[in-house]
Order: sequence, then C-alpha cells, then structure tokens
Amino acid sequence: MRMSDTPIEFEPLPGAVAGGLCTVGEDWWSRLAEAFADAGTPLASLWGSDRRDLGKGFVVHAAYAADDGLACVRLPIGAGPPEYPCLAARFPAAGRMQRAAFDLLGIRARGAVDARPWLRHGAWPADFFPLRREADGARRFDIEQERYAFVAVAGDGVHEIPVGPIHAGIIEPGHFRFSIVGEKVLRLEERLGYVHKGIDKRFEGMPLADAHRLAGRVSGDSTVAYAWAHAMAAEAIAGITVPPRAAWLRALLLERERIANHLGDLGALGNDAALAFGLAQFSRLREDWLRLNAGLFGHRLLMDRIVPGGVAIDVDAVALAQLRAQCEGIGTEVRRLRAIYDEHAGLQDRFQTTGIVTPQLAATLGLGGLAGRASGQARDLRSDLPVAPYDQLAVRRAGDVRGDVAARVALRFDETFESLRLIGEIAAQLPAGATRGALPAREGFGIGRIEGWRGEVLVALECDDAGTVRRCHCHDPSWQNWPVIEHAVIGNIVPDFPLINKSFNLSYSGQDR
Amino acid sequence: MLQLVRQILRVGIVTEAAPDPDASLRSEGERIHAGLLRLLGRALAIRQVDAGSCNGCELEIHALANPYYNLEGCGIRFVASPRHADLLLVTGPVAAHMKISLERAWEATPDPKLVVAVGDCGCTGGIFGESYASCGRVANVIPVDVAIAGCPPPPLSILRGILSAVAARR
Repeated sequence: MRMSDTPIEFEPLPGAVAGGLCTVGEDWWSRLAEAFADAGTPLASLWGSDRRDLGKGFVVHAAYAADDGLACVRLPIGAGPPEYPCLAARFPAAGRMQRAAFDLLGIRARGAVDARPWLRHGAWPADFFPLRREADGARRFDIEQERYAFVAVAGDGVHEIPVGPIHAGIIEPGHFRFSIVGEKVLRLEERLGYVHKGIDKRFEGMPLADAHRLAGRVSGDSTVAYAWAHAMAAEAIAGITVPPRAAWLRALLLERERIANHLGDLGALGNDAALAFGLAQFSRLREDWLRLNAGLFGHRLLMDRIVPGGVAIDVDAVALAQLRAQCEGIGTEVRRLRAIYDEHAGLQDRFQTTGIVTPQLAATLGLGGLAGRASGQARDLRSDLPVAPYDQLAVRRAGDVRGDVAARVALRFDETFESLRLIGEIAAQLPAGATRGALPAREGFGIGRIEGWRGEVLVALECDDAGTVRRCHCHDPSWQNWPVIEHAVIGNIVPDFPLINKSFNLSYSGQDR
Repeated sequence: MLQLVRQILRVGIVTEAAPDPDASLRSEGERIHAGLLRLLGRALAIRQVDAGSCNGCELEIHALANPYYNLEGCGIRFVASPRHADLLLVTGPVAAHMKISLERAWEATPDPKLVVAVGDCGCTGGIFGESYASCGRVANVIPVDVAIAGCPPPPLSILRGILSAVAARR
C-alpha cells in the first residue's frame, strides 16, 4: 500500500529518505493502522517523545513501511491521562514497542492485552520515566530482583527450562523460558531488556558532532548501518546532500559490514550443527576481511567511519585494487564452501525443516530483513527504495520461501555473492570529489532508514537550533524478529534452539538500547 | 567429503607463529602458559560475561578462536559455567539489569579467580557512562585485575590482557 492510497496528506520527509509525515488525531491514528494492516504493510517502528517543554505534550509515532516510502504517523497526546489507542491487535510487533514506550516515557497503549513491563526490570522504580524531560538520567536507584510473570504452561509431563540472562557461550544476555514435554518445545517466552543502557536518554542534549558515535554503538555488529541512518537523519535536518563520493563510500562500508557478518554467521551455523570445519574456514575468511578493514579504513568493525556530512575515510587506486582482489579471492572460497555445505548430508539434515516460519506467519508477525526474505517477504530497501548510490547499482534482492534454517543459510550465501558484486561495482564506478561536507546546525526532525545486514535500521532524530539532540530513537530490526523466534521453535527439539536462534542472529543490545 | 578434505589440505595451517604487531607475543604466551600450568596445574578456563556491551567486544573475543589466533592452542578455553572458570572476561558498562547476574557469576567462580574487563566501556563506562540504567565500569561492581582499553580492543590486545592478568597473579 502507498501513502497516496490513503485520504491523509503526508508531508514529504526531508532529506534522502523516501517517506512522509502526517499529524493525526486518535480516530485517524487507528483508521490508518487498520488500512495499512489490511493491505499487509508492515509496521516499521513505534516510539514516543516528550514535547511538553515546547508546550505540545507527549507525542507517539507509528512508522509504516509503505510501498512509496516510510509513512510516519504522529499522534499528539492531549491533556488527561497519557494514552493512545493500542496497535498490537493489528500489528503484533507493536506490543513490545508499546510496552517499551510506557517503561521509558509513561505513555500507555489503551486497550493493550499485555501491559507487563518490557525494558524496565528492577533497576528503576515504576513511577520513574527516564525519557520525560524532567527526569534526571544520572539518577541511580537501588536495584531490586524482579519477578516477571511468565506465562505458565500446564499439563502432564510439562516442565520449564529457564536459560539466561548469562548464556553458556560468548553471547549477549537475555532470558529464554522454555516449556517443554520430553525434548519438544511447547512454548518459548523471551524476556529481554537486560542490556538496556539508557541510550535514548544519553542522546538528550548531546552535540550532533558526538551523537554519531553513540548511534554507532547501539548494536556493534551493525555500526555502519546505524551510523549511516543517523547521518541520514542529521543531514535531512541540516538540509544538505552528501558529496557523491561519500555516498558511494558509505555503500562500500555497508556491504563490507554485511559480508563480515554473513561470513561469521555461516561459520557459526556450521559449528552449531557440529561441523567445526565450517567455523574454522569461515572465521578465517572473516579475519582476512576484518584485517583489510583495519588496513584500509583504520577499524576492524568500521566504527565511526561514517560521520554526519560524509565519511571519515578515503581510498586510493591501490586500495581499490586490494578491495577488488579480496572480493575475488573470498568469492572463490565461499563458492567452494557453499558446495561443501550443500552436499554435507549431516549439515543439511540439521538445517532443513528446522525452525520454519511460513510466509503467511512471517507476514502476520511482520518478520523483516534477512529472515523475512527467507520466508517470502520480498523487501529490501536497497532495491525497493534505493538511496544513492543504490539507485545506480540495481541490487538483486535475494529470496526464499522455505523459511527454515536452510533458507536463512542460503540467503546469507546469496547476499554475500551479491554484496561482493556490489563492492566490485563500487570500486569500478566510485566518483571523484570530496568525501565530506559541512553540517549546519538547524532545528528539526529527520529520519534515516538503511538496510543493514540484519534488516531495516531506522533512526528518528530531533534537534534544536544549537545542533544538539533533543530526541534520538534508534530502531533495530530485531524488534520485529525476536517475537517470531517464539513461533519458529514450537514443535522443534530443545537442542535445535541454538541453531534456530543463530539462524536469525538477532541483536540484544539493539533491542534493549 | 573429498571436497572437504581437499579444502583442509588446500588451506593448510594458517595459525600465526608470531602475530603482529607484537612479535614476542607467542614466546611470551608460551612462557606464561608454562607459568600458568605451574600456578593452576592445568589450562586456563574463561567464562565470558557480557554485562551490557554493544556486542562489538564479543565479536573480537570470538575472533580469538579463529585459526589465526588459535586461542585453544595456548591452553585457553571458554567454559559454559562460572563454576568451571579461572577467569571472568567481562564486557560492557555493567547494565543495571545485569548487576545482580554479574555479581552472582563472580560469586560462583572459585578462588583464586581473575577478572579481566574488556573494552573502553568495561574500563571506564565508555560512551554510555553511568546513569539510571548503567553502573559504569566493571570495577564499580566486582574487583578487576586487568582492564583492556579499545573500542573494541582487537583480538591481540584481548589476548595480551588475558596473559597479563595471569602473569601478574603469578
């Protein structure tokens, strides 16, 4: 569905992002949600802001991934109890976002079935809302052990396995509550929020010149995607367009980040299915990849290379030759390893029909990004709504309909090859010129939206005229995808959970913020 | 299977005898490992705890296991329980929601135990600092033997930090 299919006038969003913004009352807030839900348009994000100091009260935003761009719907919350109509009945992914909005800002989704805290465990009291302007973010509270009301499953032989928050490996923390009978998973309930670091509050009052560093640390494996989305939002507010060379270099960094993560995941997925050979091979390739990052760009994970206004790196002819040569070498090796993976009966036995998310379920729950494309959700911002330089690269979107671990593995192989091709194209077509422009300080609201390796990263930014951040909302695609894992594991055996979980490889830090 | 064996033979052993930038690291590592055996009578077991990191440090800790660094070749391995660990490798500013879990992991680790804080956040709280949601550096919550700076520190820095903690205890 397109924004232009609605009777509401959307004012175009500033900057490079395709999309529009409208301000509505409660009636249209709900009617637009119904319309987008009926058309199968996914919810991209939901967040609240405190504008009471500007005499405007609280506002809540819902952003939908419409076909012609991001449809950002703003609902000012009037006097009286800070409430807005719940969207979770039509968009299941909204449930946790609404619970988070309450924990941080104290605005309640009216009619929500699940009103349990989400981001707030026991670290701050229920009447402290950190994102309210008057709340002192530096305030410390006594930390209490929380009791969370997990949904209990009853029946003959049913028992629970609690896992986490600290996991038995080098993994981010979170809690998984399995209800099982024998080895079979009847139900999984996730409890996240353990690595909530107060990032949204930290952004408040931060000079834009520093904020990109914080945005680049919302989820370390997606630092390029976040830094670009943040820069895109900042540049929209400033009213500038980055020099063409900077845009192309950003795409180079983003595709290198995508490949680095895919190489890491392909190795880990082999290992989780007991093929240690796969981990040894792919982790070697990933290390080669990261070492060239360090050599050419000065940082293995590419943090802080994208800055508002452009990029902090440049490449010469020698570097471009190195990049091309590495793509060729890695491409050859990955093709060889794919043949080994594809023909390995033990591996395929573990991968195939494990952790299935059908296209229908994926559409209902709003599964996005790489996992979504493995379940028939044909969406990729790079090909659907390309920003420069993707508008000149003709990205071939990967896809699958099987929705199992095997499909998510296949997607990673396909996207690796496509990204290798893109890097080759970028190296061949990189325009000359400046890599960075000035960023004038301006007041305003801007949005950045980038297809990171995991899915869509969205940054909504509000600045004042001194160039400081009023509000910065960073949305990770894991918000939509975490709840889907609860469905993907049903009926699978407990020992397949790590494999299923890894095949999604979602961010805890990005979700918890 | 033939392809798989062929690939193993083609790649050979890539483990670096003397990794850059510190060429003396391997011999230093071997010396410390000998001392480590004297001290503990066995290899070093590490329990990694992410107490609030952005996951950047975890990526680099993972890299230690790749064939270039071959951490297990130094007799160092990651274990699933703090009860099996000699050393806690802690990343992140300590998120307030992870404080109790980190304290419990520390208490569950048998003495004599070592704690190595990894990354700028573990050293100082980093860009996240201290707030309603963050307790800041790891040393604010549990005693720290060695803190490794960097955002994130590259694998060699982490390896050097682990070895320094063991050497200092000796």
